[in-house]
Amino acid sequence: MKVADKKRLLREMLFARRFEERCYEAYVERNIGGFLHLYPGEEACAHGVLEAADADKDYVITSYRDHVHAIKWGADPRKVMAELYAKETGVSKGRGGSMHIFDVKNRFMGGYALVGGPFPLAAGIAKAIQMKKGEEICICFLGDAANNQGTFHESLNMAKLWNLPVFYVCENNLYGIGTRIDRSTAVVEQYKRVSAYNIPSAQEDGQDVEKVYKAAGKAIKHVRSGKGPYFLELMTYRYRGHSMSDSNAYRARAEERMWSKRDPIIMFRDRLIEDGHLTKEEYTDMDTDILDEIENEVIAFANDSPEPPVSEVERYVLAENDPWVRGGVHK
Amino acid sequence: MTEIMFWEAVLRAHDEELANDPMVLVMGEDVGVVGGTYKATLGLYDKYGEQRVIDTPISENGFTGLGIGASFLGVRPIIEIMSVNFAWLAMDQMFNTAAKVRYMSGGQLEAPVVVRSPGGTAHQLGSQHSARMEKVFMGIAGLRVVTPSSPRQAYGLLKSAVRCNDPVFINEHELMYNMKGEVPDEEYFHPLEGSEIARPGRDVTLFGYNISVHWCLQAAELLSKHHGIEAEVVDLYALSPLDRAGIRDSVTRTHRAVIVEEAEPMVGVGAEVMAIINEECFFELDAAPLRVSALNVPIPYNHALEKTALPDANDVVEAVRTMFGV
Ligand SMILES: Cc1ncc(C[n+]2csc(CCOP(=O)(O)OP(=O)(O)O)c2C)c(N)n1
Ligand SMILES: [Mg+2]
Repeated sequence: MKVADKKRLLREMLFARRFEERCYEAYVERNIGGFLHLYPGEEACAHGVLEAADADKDYVITSYRDHVHAIKWGADPRKVMAELYAKETGVSKGRGGSMHIFDVKNRFMGGYALVGGPFPLAAGIAKAIQMKKGEEICICFLGDAANNQGTFHESLNMAKLWNLPVFYVCENNLYGIGTRIDRSTAVVEQYKRVSAYNIPSAQEDGQDVEKVYKAAGKAIKHVRSGKGPYFLELMTYRYRGHSMSDSNAYRARAEERMWSKRDPIIMFRDRLIEDGHLTKEEYTDMDTDILDEIENEVIAFANDSPEPPVSEVERYVLAENDPWVRGGVHK
Repeated sequence: MTEIMFWEAVLRAHDEELANDPMVLVMGEDVGVVGGTYKATLGLYDKYGEQRVIDTPISENGFTGLGIGASFLGVRPIIEIMSVNFAWLAMDQMFNTAAKVRYMSGGQLEAPVVVRSPGGTAHQLGSQHSARMEKVFMGIAGLRVVTPSSPRQAYGLLKSAVRCNDPVFINEHELMYNMKGEVPDEEYFHPLEGSEIARPGRDVTLFGYNISVHWCLQAAELLSKHHGIEAEVVDLYALSPLDRAGIRDSVTRTHRAVIVEEAEPMVGVGAEVMAIINEECFFELDAAPLRVSALNVPIPYNHALEKTALPDANDVVEAVRTMFGV
């Protein structure tokens, strides 16, 4: 990775952190409703993987913890925030909310709220790519606990059976809400589980963005070359509760402290400083700059945007004026 | 017009749609090499190849979700669920994804999948192979539900469903695949909304759909012959959205309504049509509407018990006689 790219990546990760922290405040201020799942602590996963993917080609799909993936994949942060504010200008026109960020023109195929739901959807997107003989791949991010869904096994089986170009990324933050992985899952190391389907896999430190980038690069090369699916497990940790209603009472403070010492942004920052690519002042300026941008552009845009007109509540249920509903055009 | 069997009509629609658009594919358990449990895809594997006529593993939720994901990119999958009883397992993807993705993405994504499946009760198949699930599907916003009563409808509905940009569930019937009927020789697309008058009449409307249309038609003949009652039979081939105007028009003509469904009465088509009559044309009624439904029991294996649990043409006749006091 070039130095300029490293610095941009650091800025993107810091932006993601500040964006999510601002979401927290906006939720407390009651500007954001519903369920809100935040990403601080896990930034290196989405950024490392997607930095290695092709932003002009590849498809991305994930769960409800989706803001950061969408932004990294090209979604306008102002429109993501507007979505959280339930505004018409939101990426999903205020109909989706935090768990349903969609930005299809950038090939961000959505956030889905049913744990394990995206596994087969990703395989299907890959099937479509395969039918069209495309060079794209589909990247599917899901949590560790999602792997206990039937869709995990059904999808891995089909993905390998038909050698579909799908890259499954497991963000293993050790918990599914309040249940620690060893209390829910017989095989704790997730990358081992996929060997049952003959799918190549690896486990990587999800706090080190450069390691993630490298591991993802290898995986993507495999998938793009037509060899079928790949599974990458990234060991990570979320700082906040599962969603806003969660106080983290089930976690040991010592465990939390241990992980905060391996903060993905601080680790990457310090490495850049050590290597002489960045100064402390530059970093502080970067942070100030980001905080300004979030307040003056992102939050301002969300605040000032209109809500969807109530008269349009029944729009988008079915296709509009679809001629085939009436038996076609030539009748 | 040529008379063909129901399964041949479904097969013809598959064949024409696969030929028409290279993005159309067929997937399901045993649809390929075997040609489909009810022969609805017979010969298509050899004609279009394993990439487009796909034998899936027995993973209903998985392959339905896979089809939905493919449809996001313009693929138009026709998914066969071997029996409606197994569709329970695919409801997660059908309801949580296909039905909602257009809405929750603010119109950015759509899931133009067709899911077709044989439902209904056949002969002594027992509780777990006798589900009638149309009422479950029609209760979900964002999904179209159609249910053919004839080879013509089976052919034309499948063709329109493939072309339509909404997800469509097609509820077929295990006992109807060998039923014969006329199908136009030229290409034909059946509307996905509306209803058809299967038999005109003036004294009472019998509302049916899928197999119960045939019970209604038999009952109408008996009522005419033995009681001089001329029943109109309305075929509700579209269950979602339901044809409110068609229901209102017929009841406004006949002033009486009996709804005939193969399923249990709770939260069913009968209840829904009654609600529509109530809302649309209550003051046109000369009698309280009745419904003819199955008993509220799992379907028994024993033949006599099974027969008792299910409605038939005689039950329709009895309901109308009760209504007229004859
Ligand atoms: C099918 C389903 N069951 C239960 C839930 C409730 N739920 C939401 S998130 C979650 C835990 C998922 O954990 P994991 O997959 O590890 O992802 P993480 O939230 O840790 O990123 C649960 C149980 C759900 N949304 N969907
Ligand atoms: Mg987790």
